Amino acid sequence: MSMTVIKPGMLSSFQDRGREGYQHQGIPAAGAMDERAHRLANALAGNEGDPATLEITLTGPTLRFDAPACFALAGADLGATLNGQDIPLLRPLIARTGDVLAFGARPAAGVRAYLAVHGGFALTPVMGSETTYLRSGFGGFEGRALAKGDVVPLRRPLAPERDAADLQKALSNVRVYLPAALGNKQREFVRFLPGVHWPEFSQSSRRAFSESDFRISPQSDRMGYRLLGRPLAMNQPRQMLSEAACFGTVQVPSGGEAIILMADRQTTGGYPKIAQIATVDLPALAQSAPGQTLRFQRIELEEAQRLDGERERAFAQLHGALEPLRALLA
Amino acid sequence: MPLNVNSDPLSPAETRWRILPQGDRCLIISFGEHIDAAIGRTCLAAARMLRDAQLPGVTDVVPSFVAVAVHYRPGGQGEGPTYASLSEHIQALLAGGIPAGDAGGREVDIPVCYGGEHGPDLAEVARAARISPDAVIQLHTEPPSMVFMLGFAPGHAYLGVHDEKLNIPRRPSPRTAVPPGAVAIANRQTVIYPNRLPGGWNIIGATPLVMFDPAREPAALLQPGDTVRFVPISPDEFDRIRGSQA
Repeated sequence: MSMTVIKPGMLSSFQDRGREGYQHQGIPAAGAMDERAHRLANALAGNEGDPATLEITLTGPTLRFDAPACFALAGADLGATLNGQDIPLLRPLIARTGDVLAFGARPAAGVRAYLAVHGGFALTPVMGSETTYLRSGFGGFEGRALAKGDVVPLRRPLAPERDAADLQKALSNVRVYLPAALGNKQREFVRFLPGVHWPEFSQSSRRAFSESDFRISPQSDRMGYRLLGRPLAMNQPRQMLSEAACFGTVQVPSGGEAIILMADRQTTGGYPKIAQIATVDLPALAQSAPGQTLRFQRIELEEAQRLDGERERAFAQLHGALEPLRALLA
Repeated sequence: MPLNVNSDPLSPAETRWRILPQGDRCLIISFGEHIDAAIGRTCLAAARMLRDAQLPGVTDVVPSFVAVAVHYRPGGQGEGPTYASLSEHIQALLAGGIPAGDAGGREVDIPVCYGGEHGPDLAEVARAARISPDAVIQLHTEPPSMVFMLGFAPGHAYLGVHDEKLNIPRRPSPRTAVPPGAVAIANRQTVIYPNRLPGGWNIIGATPLVMFDPAREPAALLQPGDTVRFVPISPDEFDRIRGSQA
């Protein structure tokens, strides 16, 4: 009734859509870096709700199923195999007792993959969420990334009497049409909205942010991406009081090097905020690796919210279309 | 960005605010630019009012010293709230009057062992403030402080606003690790470190209380709007209280 960790991989932690409603206590929302892929993995594993998935970073783990389970992978292609055979992303797959899921059979495309199992992992919610907040060590599986020898229980493994081959065949016959709004087409630009201090930045800084290249620094993680590029400065630098920050807030400390706050951001920050990445482009950013070059393009707020809403509708549509899949697993 | 003068009798006479988008899933209601107890209390009252209003799509209401942030998400069918609809809704609520002085908090006693090994910077703070260490403790314990915000780390509370004499800057170079429970001041504010964290504030004492425990409800000992009385204790009492919590 569980999954055993043979090798933990670089950084594998359980994440959901984030711990909402506790930011006024200074508790970071955390959550999946690529929420789109996290939700896709859940949908394709036939999950009704949105339980935590395993967020897998670059070098994936090796995991053994100790019970039959339906699972799905989404996000980065990290070269997944089941018992040595290549397996596809975005498909409901059946693992039998003893099957080994491994990664690294092919060069990575993207940074973060999400593993969902049907029924979810049996994790204890902390403050209403199964997300791991690594920095303070709570939530998810014992508040930390997976380690060798961990045994992670599954909430609802498949009944042992079910014929795995038959079920896989039936699942394979379910047509999965992925709405375009849920694709992860790599765009030329990362779209942004002006931050609350945008007008206070010098004209050359605003132009640099909108028009020049920035490289993701190696010092980038779930908390933030540091950007290497032209230094940014305010017309008249001033001390800021700490106020709320968001996933995708681009802040500029006095050194002039911008930082994009990511999933594990603190709830508040005291640096000037030049920009805010459009929510719809956060997944693409989460799949961008250190060393990669980014260009930013301004978008209007109404357009950003229209695209964000469109993605929600696409998820609702996908969820409806996957009813036959869920029926097979019920 | 609406700029308002609020004339409702329930509100402080001169309450003004500005609503600004912070991207497509958050907006910030700004009540001022500088640390001020009255503005801070207005932020707390506004945050409480917006939280109680349970606005559809709103996930978090986060007060800070001069602003309140409202985080939101589009609904399951992609319907709002949008910035336009939510800011209009909030505008109407605030214009109806922010209950003055209603931060809704509790009164909490926080025992603090000042100076010595628990407060290595007390003497330096006293020198900078040109008063005695005892006078620093007195200014810190009377009158009570208010929790204006939490941030930086889970359960990390910012309190104030202290006497002008305690308007001293942070240390020139931060410590890489400050022990849990450290009570530190700068710029007329106090922070209490919930965990071992890096920090540049001047440590004048420590509390034996556990400030943050994810297994506790609520996890953070202090909540925005709480009124805090710092109560001086001896090193022996510190050890006794800490021991009783283990």
